Amino acid sequence: MIFTALREVFERRNLLYMITWRDIRVKYKESVMGILWAVMMPIVIVCAGMIVKLAFAMMSGRHVHLLDVTSVAVKAAPYAFLVAAIRFGTASLITNQDLVTKIYLPRLVFPLASVCSQLFDLGIATVVVAIFLTFAGVGVTLHLLWLPVLLGTLVLLAAGLAILFSAATLFLRDLRFIVEAMLTVAIFFTPVFYEPSVFGKWAPALLVNPISPILEGLTAVVIYHREPSLPWLGYSFVLSLVLFVFATVRFKQLEPLFAENI
Amino acid sequence: MNDYVLEAQGVSKRFRRGEKHSSLRDAVPALARRLLRRGTASDRAQQDFWALTDVGFQVKRGEAFGIIGGNGAGKSTILKLLTGIMHPTSGTIRIAGRVSALIEVGAGFHRDLTGRENVFMNGAILGLSRQEIEKRFDAIVAFSGLEEFIDTPVKRYSSGMFARLGFSVAAHVDPDVLLVDEVLSVGDYVFQRKCVERMNAVIASGVTIVFVSHNLRELANLCPRSMLLEKGRVQMIGPTEDVISTYFGRGQQARVPDATNDVFITQVSIRDEHGSAVDFTSGGKLSITVEARGQVRRDDMSVVVQIVDDHQYPVFDTCTQRLGAGEITVDRDQSLRCTFEMDNFLAQGTYHVNAYLHRYLTNLPYDRWMSAGTFFVSGAPEARGVVTLHPRLVECEVGSSAGAVARQPGVSDGPQA
Repeated sequence: MIFTALREVFERRNLLYMITWRDIRVKYKESVMGILWAVMMPIVIVCAGMIVKLAFAMMSGRHVHLLDVTSVAVKAAPYAFLVAAIRFGTASLITNQDLVTKIYLPRLVFPLASVCSQLFDLGIATVVVAIFLTFAGVGVTLHLLWLPVLLGTLVLLAAGLAILFSAATLFLRDLRFIVEAMLTVAIFFTPVFYEPSVFGKWAPALLVNPISPILEGLTAVVIYHREPSLPWLGYSFVLSLVLFVFATVRFKQLEPLFAENI
Repeated sequence: MNDYVLEAQGVSKRFRRGEKHSSLRDAVPALARRLLRRGTASDRAQQDFWALTDVGFQVKRGEAFGIIGGNGAGKSTILKLLTGIMHPTSGTIRIAGRVSALIEVGAGFHRDLTGRENVFMNGAILGLSRQEIEKRFDAIVAFSGLEEFIDTPVKRYSSGMFARLGFSVAAHVDPDVLLVDEVLSVGDYVFQRKCVERMNAVIASGVTIVFVSHNLRELANLCPRSMLLEKGRVQMIGPTEDVISTYFGRGQQARVPDATNDVFITQVSIRDEHGSAVDFTSGGKLSITVEARGQVRRDDMSVVVQIVDDHQYPVFDTCTQRLGAGEITVDRDQSLRCTFEMDNFLAQGTYHVNAYLHRYLTNLPYDRWMSAGTFFVSGAPEARGVVTLHPRLVECEVGSSAGAVARQPGVSDGPQA
């Protein structure tokens, strides 16, 4: 089932591309700053993160480490990607109601297109962060080869949640608000603006959140030039994969009911 | 194995009538209720609504197949099942090849994108690859006639322009099976003609078509074979002419039961001199037969027939009284049969027949039957409107002096160009 579903999307890749392109184009077309927004947003997030970091450091009277600040820059953009992909993915079937109820096409493209269009923003953010890191003097090592694995896991996780929530909201309308609340609260339970180590012996509890090992892995390979924690990353990957497969299968099972329930 | 491109067998579709539990706020108490007390099945059965019941039909490769039925007969539901937007509750649908639907033209158009961008977007939605769209792009734009506005955002389009562009994309998809629902009425007269020509070309190229329309004239022209749906059940499958006359023959919903039932109309039929019941030629004959039956003896009756055009505007009526028949008497269990014969001076168009049984003096009705029959008139290409006055061109000269005027026959001088 999962392979037929994915093959169907692959056969209609032009559609996936066009919907992604439309989402990106519509988002930036009418705004005054256009594509500059995509550059601005990561800068704003990174700046906010650094201010928080500096404030923490000043309160506790510690010296601020440059590495701490750069680690926020590395983690903030992927986290923003995940949140936006889940948010837009969850709403994707409802915002494309017109297409869901009037024409047959593999509906899996809608949540996937939401993820892809956010991926575009993440791409721009990555360039911004890379420039920042170069100025901050963070070097390049072979450890960067871990990046595709980390990003792949991140995308898999985002896609799984987007697919699952997009289908579920059609049947449980208030799920959108629950997702929104979860996304708002999640920042406190995700080590974006702090390190898991501040939790001391409770740090592993924080890593149970599947996004945490990915973010920790990113700081490890980019900033600290060391390998990510393999057991935790493996856990995150397996969980994301299982979630993605489950979400896709469930999505396909519910798909015949979409047009009547939207 | 067999020749059928499209096959539906025992297809039924159930909808829930009421609101379902579509939020957690409703679902949680409902779940609790269901755990506490079982047997809400009967409540649920009451809320069910069968849009289609045991519908089966087959369409051959290259055939144009029509679906006829009143509002709520299940036509649109059938098309939604055929496209795969919805799945049947039971039964099977088998389609060989690529299905495309001219159901909602312009679905997926985004207001902020330009016409050009929307053509690519809509093409992708309808299943074309990028190269296929590029290859067809010029033809699509030329067909729509929107060359000047193709780089304008579609939010600045008029609704007619919007629909024209949508139809143009959808008409260039080249599917194996094309489903058409009431879309030939987009745009102005010229564009509608273009659409019909395009449809004919598509049929000629061997594409299988399923066509749903309330414009029965168009449907009769395009589809030799049709299916009549009523309340989600197949009433009849056969030659379109027969299906249309059955459809109007039923006319139950048009029957006005205000009468005392002392005497009532049992049948109204329309024929031309060759016996055709649907397609008439201007300049021929037209005969309308009204049959009635008495329950109680009545001795003061007259029969009225009226022809109205497609907008229910009365064109002509006549009655037995004016034709000198006097008061008609019908006894208990006697039947009455009146045939009116007339010259058909009607111009091209769709017309409906209303029949009435009146009281001779007061004109109060015993029974009336609105839209008891429908027929099409073709021919009379010289005339527009509801009648032809048989115009002849007796003079049309261009004079040599400066004040000369070219004269035209008055009839074609109307506002319709």
